[in-house]
Amino acid sequence: MLTTGPEHDYKQKLAQGQFEIQKCAACARHVFYPRVICPHCGADKLGWTAANGAGTVYSTTVVRRKPEAGGDYNVALIDLAEGPRMMSRVVGVEPAAVRIGMKVLARIASEGEARIVEFTPA
Amino acid sequence: MPAPKDLRGSVAIAGVGLAACGEAPGWTENEIMAAAARNALADAGLTTRDVDGLVCASVNAFLTGLSVAEQLGIHPKFTDSTCVGGSSFVGHLLPAAMALNYGLCDVVLVTYGSNQRTGVGRAEGAKYKSMLDPQAFEAPYKPFNPMSSYALAAARHMHQYGTTRTHLAEVAVAARKWAQLNPEAFTRDPLSIEDVLKARLVSDPLSVRDACLVTDGGGAYVLVRADRAKSLRKKPVYMLGCGSAHWHRQISSMPDLTVTAASESGPRAFEMAGLEPSDVDVLELYDAFTINTILFLEDLGFCKKGEGGAFVSGGRIAPGGSLPVNTNGGGLSCVHPGMYGMFLIVEAVRQLRNEAGERQIKDAEVALAHGNGGVLSSQITALLGTEATL
Repeated sequence: MLTTGPEHDYKQKLAQGQFEIQKCAACARHVFYPRVICPHCGADKLGWTAANGAGTVYSTTVVRRKPEAGGDYNVALIDLAEGPRMMSRVVGVEPAAVRIGMKVLARIASEGEARIVEFTPA
Repeated sequence: MPAPKDLRGSVAIAGVGLAACGEAPGWTENEIMAAAARNALADAGLTTRDVDGLVCASVNAFLTGLSVAEQLGIHPKFTDSTCVGGSSFVGHLLPAAMALNYGLCDVVLVTYGSNQRTGVGRAEGAKYKSMLDPQAFEAPYKPFNPMSSYALAAARHMHQYGTTRTHLAEVAVAARKWAQLNPEAFTRDPLSIEDVLKARLVSDPLSVRDACLVTDGGGAYVLVRADRAKSLRKKPVYMLGCGSAHWHRQISSMPDLTVTAASESGPRAFEMAGLEPSDVDVLELYDAFTINTILFLEDLGFCKKGEGGAFVSGGRIAPGGSLPVNTNGGGLSCVHPGMYGMFLIVEAVRQLRNEAGERQIKDAEVALAHGNGGVLSSQITALLGTEATL
């Protein structure tokens, strides 16, 4: 049977409403973004696990944009409870009110035709 | 087995040249690379007929080494077109030095050129690049890259160490003061700390004045074995050390945003050179954004981690300060055509040859050129020195 790559599988899971990350069966560490080989230990024993959804803002920026172009928006780096870091955005709060250390929760959102993970304050 | 230290002093930069810096409408990238090559070769007393090794990099072209060789009408025996972003041209010292040491070739030309400011199709180019080289796990959030990535690093440094926007502004103002001493610098009008703090924010905490220029421009250097350099027309500038470290591609994969791979590339370069930070007379650090200079001063061992903001305060790295940094005006105020690494080398060489005019550092014998590529991703440190340092 033909298989597909981890990026494809991740996106397909998101499209089905599941936010899953990888976990290495060899070193037991979690991995994001999805890969073929564990970036921690080099083993090729990565499997999928549901993300807990809890995270902490590691860093944050406001991209300044003219109101007529849609206004300012947040871009943040989120440390997931399982360990890996991901780029995302924090919504449901003013972009400039997002703080480093803020506890946040994941949810699945739409960006154009794609489904992506974004965060709201916990 | 050969050791990295064997490379120390084995090769020398025999010529440097710039071309089309600032605005060069009507010039293609390959033409700018050729013009820079001509100037660097003339500086060394050589011509394209002497070149049998060619090293270059482009963020736009495929097979750039072939295009540039064709443009110059040369048939190189050795080429390298490694592109790891703006640090590439510092990093090119290593493969070029190895090729020269093994006798694969005798004269290596390293050249760069870009028409980023006046060339057409920048927006379209960005669109195609995002299609061909997608950053699938960052792009959906629309970071204004590269700036947002550096902004995230700056925000984290401020949070962890109390670094302020005023500290960042000190870097921009110091660069401008050096540019005012450099007739070739693109932006030379006065700039105050207040001006930087009041400037329009682009990606918090970075403003438009925390960001490098977008100019056209090219540069080149000619590398030969040390014995050959002695018979050429200019005072040789020797490669004493060069070290690289590459940690990630996207900022979300950088382990700690307050510590760059310069903390590895620097010690590697110093070890090869047998030198320490206190031996360095002049520094050229890749200042794509103001936070870079602070991070690199820390990671290269010129101050402790977290103390970079305080370190650059009070004009310490500006003209008249105790540590001269980015003496041409840097990417912030002199020139920044897409990738700046080449210009670090050119300025370091000019300082070591006592050719830097009003901005000359007296008795400069050792220069550090530190290249940064991507989003704090690739870090490459070179130590260059005069004959007295051999």
